[in-house]
Amino acid sequence: MTSPYAPHTEAETDAMLEAVGVDDIESLFDVPDSVAFDGEFGIPAHGEREVRREAARLLGRNDDLTEFLGRGHYTHYVPSVVDDLASRSEFLTSYTQYQPEVAQGFLQALFEYQSMLVELTGLDVANCSMYDEATALGEAATLSQRVRSVSGETILVPDHLRSGKRAVLANYADGPGLTVESYPMADGQADVAALAERMDSDVALVYAETPTVRGVIEERLTDIGELTDDHDALFCLGSDPVALALLERPADVGADVVVGDAASLGTGTAYGFGLGMFVTREEYLRQVPGRLVGASEDSDGRRAYTLTLQTREQHIRKERATSNICTNQAWVALRAAMHAAWLGPDGLVELAEDCVTRPRDLAERLDEVVGVQAPVHDGHNFREVVAHTDQPAHAVVEDLAAEGYAVHEIGEHLIQVAATEVTAEAEDGLVGAIAEVAK
Amino acid sequence: MTEYTQASWTDEDGDRYEPLLSEKASKTVDIEDSPLPDDLTRDSLELPAPAEPELARHYTRLSQMNYGVESGPFPLGSCTMKYNPSFTEDIAALPAAAVHPDRPDRTVQGTLGLSHRLQDYLGRIGGMDAVTLQPPAGAAGEFTGIQIAKAYHQHNDDDRSEVVIPDSAHGTNFATAAMAGYDVVELPSGEDGRVDIEALEAAVSDETAALMLTNPNTLGLFERDIEHVADIVHDAGGLLYYDGANLNALLGRARPGDMGFDVMHYNVHKTFATPHGGGGPGAGPVGVTEELAPFLPDPHVRQSDGGYEYYSPDHSIGKVHGYYGNWPVLVKAFAYITRLGDSGLADASAKAVLNANYLAQQIPYEVPFGPFHHEFVASAAPQDAADVAKGMLDHGVHPPTTKWPEIVDEALMTEPTEGESQRSLDQLAAAFEAVHGESDGTLAASPTRTAAGRIDQVSAARNPRLSWQALGSDD
Repeated sequence: MTSPYAPHTEAETDAMLEAVGVDDIESLFDVPDSVAFDGEFGIPAHGEREVRREAARLLGRNDDLTEFLGRGHYTHYVPSVVDDLASRSEFLTSYTQYQPEVAQGFLQALFEYQSMLVELTGLDVANCSMYDEATALGEAATLSQRVRSVSGETILVPDHLRSGKRAVLANYADGPGLTVESYPMADGQADVAALAERMDSDVALVYAETPTVRGVIEERLTDIGELTDDHDALFCLGSDPVALALLERPADVGADVVVGDAASLGTGTAYGFGLGMFVTREEYLRQVPGRLVGASEDSDGRRAYTLTLQTREQHIRKERATSNICTNQAWVALRAAMHAAWLGPDGLVELAEDCVTRPRDLAERLDEVVGVQAPVHDGHNFREVVAHTDQPAHAVVEDLAAEGYAVHEIGEHLIQVAATEVTAEAEDGLVGAIAEVAK
Repeated sequence: MTEYTQASWTDEDGDRYEPLLSEKASKTVDIEDSPLPDDLTRDSLELPAPAEPELARHYTRLSQMNYGVESGPFPLGSCTMKYNPSFTEDIAALPAAAVHPDRPDRTVQGTLGLSHRLQDYLGRIGGMDAVTLQPPAGAAGEFTGIQIAKAYHQHNDDDRSEVVIPDSAHGTNFATAAMAGYDVVELPSGEDGRVDIEALEAAVSDETAALMLTNPNTLGLFERDIEHVADIVHDAGGLLYYDGANLNALLGRARPGDMGFDVMHYNVHKTFATPHGGGGPGAGPVGVTEELAPFLPDPHVRQSDGGYEYYSPDHSIGKVHGYYGNWPVLVKAFAYITRLGDSGLADASAKAVLNANYLAQQIPYEVPFGPFHHEFVASAAPQDAADVAKGMLDHGVHPPTTKWPEIVDEALMTEPTEGESQRSLDQLAAAFEAVHGESDGTLAASPTRTAAGRIDQVSAARNPRLSWQALGSDD
């Protein structure tokens, strides 16, 4: 068949061939016979309805589970208006804003996204996205190499770092020859005393998260900020926009870079589909990876937006660029900004407060279940809570799946349960199922 | 000539475009009586607080001040701005596609099955033995490919320090090689715009880890000596990397694997019509030969007894994305490939190449090299290519990529794609024609029919204002 998305009629094709001066399209391909391919991939073509049915059939093999899962990928309710507005084709089908005069809409939306992150973090410069939190952390590590006044090759990360994030960081660290090392956690939070002991001039960057991957809110971030200052290391803080609406401002605890996954706003569960935040101090502006949207003026003196400081970027600076990132997650950033605006500051703070009270209440209920102790860690939780099970956690998780619920297994006798407003109606069922399987 | 005026708004002072949301409806909330102790919380938060109708109107206006593929012709060279079919959005939004990435393999057999099918299709299209879907963009795919090459050499106790890249290559190639810790050896193009074999022989050595090549290259030219190129690189012990940005020109006609490439990335947002989203998300799957398969990112999907499972390849480079890449984008690519099949994919390529050749024939600017495939680079000289682009904006079309590659004076890199009809190609040609006949003074004052007039790039860079907080009272 012909491509359904090529509008050519036969008559047009013939007319164009004649204009070009060839008899057929094949003669336009300048491919030597020795490497020519016969076109037989063995992929059959289908009608639109058939493709939809086939995709639904394939995906239908996923088990229908109610997910109480988090650890870096979260689901909050995304209002319909976000889907609707973000789907407008002028946003969805546009490209990077290389011609700003016809791209003011997207540029302004990204400018508003950057502004939202500046307000949430208290830092000065947000880029208009990295791929996800893990790659943003990788970029923070390489940034530390470029901006730090003394040499040092160690990146310190919490012992409880999601393995996927650490593996990505290791790949980014490989090129510049950085070493990734862990510092211990104590009761779900950074062991600041141990960290202090480890600090020396070789440490280029210390990474901490709030909330941690176990859902615990860090209480000693200011101490970490001071430690890094004392050793001329960068302090990189990982978080997300919902948490930052309520928690201490990263600027106030001494963070130099904030990374995280902003897809917690605007995008539901999508198999790890992310939106990397990257926010830093103004002094590192010219070392920031990725794209920046700035305000300027047009020829009539009116405010207008444009990509700026592009001399940092790969298409101009080539091997001396601050990063190789080109295509980013602009459309996902648009969604996050829309969602935040829909919530407004009241709604966003309420959502964040719900992320504190919900796991607290859930932990209380789980603690009453025979065979379960929760929470395992002292301190305050955000979205999720770790519980101890007398039964092997693996068996508990398997049995829960049979009952239609998914929770994390994070240790021999540890499970982790994430709960947001999206799972509110299923909480009773989950607690009941845990009571059944944890005895 | 098509008349065109882009939507724009001013506020009541008449001196701004659509105001920022924060200027319309900003609100500050004090954080008190929160469920956390005061010393763990911020004091206040100031954000826009529009009612939903205001929000809808704001973003609708912004969308109208934006140009996408559905707005008109978008021949941005090397970016492959083709029409994005709507139905793929519905498939990516199927409820069963929305699962958490930490679910155990056996509970997400549908997701793994679709991934496996897409890996297989991409492998066939590229002539590659194994494919990972993990890289979230083309540049991330490049990084993955180069890390694989590096791991392969290191595994063979063969430390190499250089990556060779033609001067016409995408800027990402250079940045990627540097990011992976390699020194870049820039390869000057030959007089015909292709790889200069003598220069290549001089550039390649036992320090060469890889040659990164686009084929057809950014001038739209097929590297006819590709097998010779591959031999030179392989004989020196290096690997051949294929930058898949221009794969749309070859679908069904040639495959990177058959040409001797060892590793490649696919830009699904280019070749397989997933939306570019104003600069992302994309997805950059990477294909490799059997020899390199053990180095693929962790985890990888394979068929197991009665289903699919993740496993860690023996010498995996680790991960390049926190989870499994940009999943919804991959679903859209799957839907597109399944819709077109062998014949549709080959036809897409055919029409893309026809369109480029037809358009090049119709425009008044000189096209210095040829014969070309899906894109061509015209020279605007003695006009300024940036001015030409601004002039074209007033004719309802998006201009080509400008001033790149540098080997063509005042380059206009033009890629119409198969989605343009003869009529829209004629509209493009008319826009080229109109601008070709305009005076330098008129061009310097353009565009005039767009949401904003010519934007001052210099002051934007000299005095960076990157947030509404930085606008202060000076605006």
